[in-house]
Order: sequence, then structure tokens, then C-alpha cells
Amino acid sequence: MNKSWWKILSFVLLLYTVICGFLLDVPRLPILNETIRNLYFHVCMWFAMMILFIVSFVYSIKYLRGFDYRNDIFAHNFASVGCIMGILGYATGIIWVSVTWVTDQGQSLGSVLKEPKLIGAAIALLIYGAYFVLRGSFTDIDKRARISAVYNIFAFAMLFPSIWIIPRLVGSLHPGAPGSDSGNPALDKNDMDAGMRAVFYPAVIGWTLLGAWIATLRIRIELLRDKKLLHG
Amino acid sequence: MYQRIIALLKKDILLELRQQHTFYGILLYIASTVYVLHLSMPDNPDADVWNSLFWVIQLFVCVNTVAKSFLQESRGRMLYFYTIASPVEFIIAKLLFNLLLMLLMSIVSLVLFYILLNNPVNDGFKFIGIVLLGGISLSLVFSVMSAIAAKAQHNAALIAILGFPVILPQLLLLMRLSKSAFQEVFREGAILQLAGLIGLLDLLVIVMAVILFPYLWKE
Repeated sequence: MNKSWWKILSFVLLLYTVICGFLLDVPRLPILNETIRNLYFHVCMWFAMMILFIVSFVYSIKYLRGFDYRNDIFAHNFASVGCIMGILGYATGIIWVSVTWVTDQGQSLGSVLKEPKLIGAAIALLIYGAYFVLRGSFTDIDKRARISAVYNIFAFAMLFPSIWIIPRLVGSLHPGAPGSDSGNPALDKNDMDAGMRAVFYPAVIGWTLLGAWIATLRIRIELLRDKKLLHG
Repeated sequence: MYQRIIALLKKDILLELRQQHTFYGILLYIASTVYVLHLSMPDNPDADVWNSLFWVIQLFVCVNTVAKSFLQESRGRMLYFYTIASPVEFIIAKLLFNLLLMLLMSIVSLVLFYILLNNPVNDGFKFIGIVLLGGISLSLVFSVMSAIAAKAQHNAALIAILGFPVILPQLLLLMRLSKSAFQEVFREGAILQLAGLIGLLDLLVIVMAVILFPYLWKE
């Protein structure tokens, strides 16, 4: 029980997210209308993705500090679940785009794809795609762990400044971009209705914990499979 | 430390001067790429197209120029360097050498672009400055990628896969910055801000390379 409290918390929070997210009242703004409820899913996916990538980055540093193979298993599994979250973020984004920007704002596909936040997300997914290709090209597991940890750290350190820079550089369709009401491309608490915040923040925590849960399951499978390697 | 860096740098330059076929190979690569562009493009491409083509070509030139820097070092030679120099000295020498080579190649491809694809640039000196800055950024990132890819037996293809997503933000910044040398008017101070950002990212790459290279180096 003392180890599984966060799994129960994740379940409860997600239950709360789904029930309250669909039933509670939301402000109806032009164009957005009821689609704003997608915020509880779409934005949370990106939060979960970034947090999982940060965890993966930390484990890569830990690997290089002690060369403990366990840390490598942690790093690459958190990265892969992060990628899944990113793909889900794109998927929920596509649903949102198809009923707002494309239909009501008449944006072309080209302008949607050049969205700064989409570019940032694409860079992140490409980097982790390259990370897995790099891992696949080694046969020696120690070498694989070491080199891919180096790439993970380097790419992550380059990724974060770019996520801060690019949104400030190009105009955006996302709320909170330069040109819209507020100047801050990151989340601004004035951008969101108080009632929505009460669902949104728990949702972020819930989805992140779910991601971590999936990752730990994968890690446990791999640790069992490599048991001989780790103890033998 | 400085002496050893200079010695390693000198060795790379000497090697380049003695094995001139690789050097001329890259020159020929640039010339033929730009010539293909010259033949396939309409006669007067507008500034935006010219600009994006130029940076894409720079990207590929850099992959080909810098790629071989670590791939050409044989296992035995790496072992020898291991005994005479520290990893930090080695990576700094490599970064410097690639930087010089890439600056040279940037100028060559810029001249070829001027000759074969005419010249929509308004402010020539500013554009040369931006091109040199771009050459520095590209060569630094791809040197590190080359060091990583050299450890995996795959070669140039892996460098492109690893490097493109990492260089993308800097490339976007450079394309944006170089528009200032064309018609576009920038807000006061914006140019300096952009150039400073690119410089800071370069600094970040150098710091990361110095921190991480010792882990790549050990076998």
C-alpha cells in the first residue's frame, strides 16, 4: 500500500478529470465553445511528455555518474513513454485543430504545421526518434548505454532553450502568443478560468503519474528480463 | 594545455594539406550542388527562396565537411591520442579545426551562390557576418554529432539523423536573422538579440561538448 498510493492517486485524479471535465460548466468563447474541454487532455499530454523527458534526462546523468545499467533502463523507458505522450498530444491536437483553426478560422494546413509549438514538439519527437535509432545501432550494451546517455543529455540541453526561444520568435495560433492578449507563450494563470484550473491542474498530475506508471511497468519487465545481467 | 591543443590542431591542418583529395572533394561537392541548383532554379529566384536554399545547402555542406573528422581517425590512432592528450584538449582542437574548415567552406559556397544564383543581398557585409556565425554554429553541433556517430559504426547517415533536430532551432534563428540583410526591416536591437542568442547556443554546445566528450572517448 505504501508504494502504490500514487497509482491510486493517478486513478482517482483521472477519474475526476474525466467526470468533472465533461460535466462541469466551462466558459463558452467564440470558436472554442465546448472544445475547450480538450484542454484537460491535450495540454496535459505535453506536460506529461516534458516531465517524462526531464526524468529520462536525469537518469542519463545518473548513468554517466556511476555506469549503473539500471539507470540506462530507466532513462530509455521514460523517454519512450514520453514519446507516446507526445504522439497522443499530437492526436488530441489534430482533433482540436479540425474543429477550430481549420473550420472556423480558415487556417491552411501549412500555417498550422508552422506553429511554433508544433515545431518544438516535432523537434522533441525527432530527437527522441534519433535517440532510439542510435540505441539500435549498437550491439554492445555498455557502449549503447554510454553513448546514448551522452546524446540524450546533449540533445535535451539543446531542446529546452529552443522551446523557450521559438515561440517568442514566430507568431502563433496558440493562446498566449505574442500578438494575442498576453505576451507570455508559456502558461499564464490569467489565461484560464478559475473553475477550469480546478480541473486542469489535477489532470496534469494525473496524466503525468499515469505516464510514470506505464514507464515503471516497462522498466520492471526489462529488469526481470535482464536479471542475470544485473546480478550475475 | 594550449600547446597540446595547438599541436593537435596543427596535426589536423597538416593532414588536410597532405591529403588534399578530401579537401578538393568537398569543394567539388559544393560546386556541383550549387551548379545543380543553378540549373534547376528559375533565373532570378526571389530573396526568400534564395535564403532558404542557401541555408539548406550550408547544412548539407557541413554534414559532409565535418562528418569525416572523427570517422577518419582509426582505432589505433585514437589509442595513441589517448596516451598523449586529455579528452578536453582533443575535443577543443577538433572543434577549432572543424570551425576553421567550415568557415572556409561557407565563404566558398557564398561566393558560388553569388556567381551562379545571382545576388539578392542588400547588405553584403552583414550577410557575410551572418554566414560566418552560421558556419560556427553548424560546425560545432555537427562535430559533436560526428563524435557520437563515430562510436556507432554507422556513419554519415547517422550524423544527419542525430544532428538535424538539434540544429533546427539555430537554423531557424539564422534564417530569420539573415532576412535582415535582405529587404526586411527589423525592430531596433532585434538583430543584436538574435545574434546574441545564436552565440549563447554556440557557447552551450561548446560547454556540453567539453563536459560530455570524456565519456565518449573512453573505450
